[in-house]
Amino acid sequence: MTDPILRVEGLNKSFGAVHVLHDVDFAVYPGEVTALVGDNGAGKSTLVKCIAGINSIDSGRLFWQGQPVTISSPAVASSLGIEFVYQDLALADNLDITQNMFLGRETRRGPFLHDADMETRARETLRSLAVRTINSVRQPVSSLSGGQRQTVAIARAVLWNGKIVFLDEPTAALGVAQTRQVLNLVRRLADNGIGVVLISHNMNDVMEVADRVDALYLGRLAAEVLKKETTTSQVVELITSGRSGSIGLPAATAAQSA
Amino acid sequence: MAGEITTELTRDESDDPRASFRVDTLPRGLRSALQDYVVRVRRGDPGGLPAVLGLLVIGVLFSATTPLFLTANNIGNLMSQASYIALIALGLVFVLLLGDIDLSAGAAGGVAAGFAAQALRSGDLHRAVGSGVFTALVLGMLLAAGLAIWKKLYVPGALVLGGLVLLLTGADETHVWLAFAVAVSIGLAIGVFNGVLVTSLGIPSFIVTLALFLTWEGVTLDAVKSQSIGTSNYKPWFSMTHDNMSATQGWIFLAVIVGGYAISTVLRQQRRAREGVSFDRPALTALRVGVLVVAGALVVWWFNQNRNPNPGPAIEGVPWAASVPVAFMVVFTIVLARTTWGRHLYAIGGNMEAAARAGIAVNRVRIMAFVICSGMAAVGGLFLADFSGGAQPALGQGNTLLYSVAAAVIGGTSLFGGRGRPRDALLGAIVIAMIPNGIQLHPGLPISVVQEITGLVLLVAASVDAISRRRARNA
Repeated sequence: MTDPILRVEGLNKSFGAVHVLHDVDFAVYPGEVTALVGDNGAGKSTLVKCIAGINSIDSGRLFWQGQPVTISSPAVASSLGIEFVYQDLALADNLDITQNMFLGRETRRGPFLHDADMETRARETLRSLAVRTINSVRQPVSSLSGGQRQTVAIARAVLWNGKIVFLDEPTAALGVAQTRQVLNLVRRLADNGIGVVLISHNMNDVMEVADRVDALYLGRLAAEVLKKETTTSQVVELITSGRSGSIGLPAATAAQSA
Repeated sequence: MAGEITTELTRDESDDPRASFRVDTLPRGLRSALQDYVVRVRRGDPGGLPAVLGLLVIGVLFSATTPLFLTANNIGNLMSQASYIALIALGLVFVLLLGDIDLSAGAAGGVAAGFAAQALRSGDLHRAVGSGVFTALVLGMLLAAGLAIWKKLYVPGALVLGGLVLLLTGADETHVWLAFAVAVSIGLAIGVFNGVLVTSLGIPSFIVTLALFLTWEGVTLDAVKSQSIGTSNYKPWFSMTHDNMSATQGWIFLAVIVGGYAISTVLRQQRRAREGVSFDRPALTALRVGVLVVAGALVVWWFNQNRNPNPGPAIEGVPWAASVPVAFMVVFTIVLARTTWGRHLYAIGGNMEAAARAGIAVNRVRIMAFVICSGMAAVGGLFLADFSGGAQPALGQGNTLLYSVAAAVIGGTSLFGGRGRPRDALLGAIVIAMIPNGIQLHPGLPISVVQEITGLVLLVAASVDAISRRRARNA
């Protein structure tokens, strides 16, 4: 088995008296889609924010390509190569695709913006992802559909050499056809060697593109299972009760947590 | 959409023109440029269109009803009338692009011009305004400089400190240009306050600037000691709206502006062609540059004719009141369209959250926009003082601000942020200035009509803005 790009070991996080994450172990592998699932309040967002450097951690260790690291701020996360695509997309409607992909990291020639360079690189990135639903990198984002926006947001993460890309509910607001586009894109990202973390409530999406499924249950990692060795109903059980048959948390722990 | 999905897996990439982003590498001719323009307008970016239409409608109306309107002399006057509106509007564009507003711009211009005029008139500003006012001015500027430096805005901080040095050494009392420098630095200081109050305390800009609007009205009274201070003794100041460039200066100005545009456009398109991204065909570039050269040359030539309808000294040359706003417009256009800072300003106006997540120092950009706005308000205030016969106790009050906001909005700058261009604000200023200008040429019409019509024109412009925004959202 390949080594994980990112490994989280025994992560604990409390907000005051509320112990949100208990000894969570989590790993992201190159070329694989890891689905992070769990009910509302299970601690998915907190885990992601700890990795993003937005929240500090109380205890536990992070390893980046085997080396211990401290992610103290979002800047550290992005310098390592961790990119986040948020649910609300974080795109500026009044700018075009290229301008959004390079927002905050524009290239310049002398004192002025180097638009040609940015357009070329945006185009190459979209092409490398075999994006066929967009015809120009100079199209304003306001004219794009939900799926196209999601595509741009994901391409931005790829452009910045994301070695790991976190996708937060990427298909939540999309129709059937657009969901398909985005899932294809998620798969292509992994096929390009990127470690993808898919945070989703949608079991169809998870079972379709994920390689492994990490289920959080009330702040504990209930189980990490390979998709091919599991079923949708098992995953749902892990999410709702923390255990399923022989997998998941020991019965005592699950009962006590609940 | 659905059709594309079914074909996605079967169609070879090389067959699909979109898969290769071909439009992004093709040259653009006149036809596709026009198509792009129509698409842009339909998607809710009217640009200068409302201003051009307003210019035509109002221009035709006045030309048809009075022979006095479309005369060289009147157009020359129109430039003076539009100058201060244009200058303040150019500054407002920055703040409007954020989705904010600066209601204090007119009054801030009054304060800046008021102190400059008093310094020149009295020769001893400290004694003329009294210790209390002078000390407050010095401490205020010191505080503004400190705030600017604290927020890492070193350039405005240094400029305010520079103005403070001139003020304390009394240099502004002896030389008109140094008095201008102090006026502008007072404007910059006011902008720092606006920006810091809006970003650090989170007070809506509408309230901050409305409150300070009132304060600055009072400070203007303190500055001019409730008198009107004429500008006619101070040569460069009196030239602002009363004088013209010499014929040669006019041609040089045109050559610099149009030549600069031509060279940068041609080089840019050549580079784009070399670098394999879509570029304008040489014919299209030539057309653009050619139109500008011909139009510019006609304007300069026309202004260079004597336009004094009476016998007496000739009035000829491009008015400074026209060339100064144009020069600022060119600089601001470059800043907004070609620099990282400008790109970030647009991004903040489009989606502040996205800009912050992209690592942009959002508040620093926002404060800077307020600083530029108030700095331009000071420049506009100087022009206004000259145009209205002197720095008066009520300088910059009344309609000054509303005219300027109207100019920016008619020029296609959105009140919702994220959309607008300096060039169009100049057109808007001419539209706004035309209304009082034309109505005054109709002796039969009461003067009340000016405000009534201007208000309605602003309302129409704001409606166009709101409708455009809806279109953009639904596109």
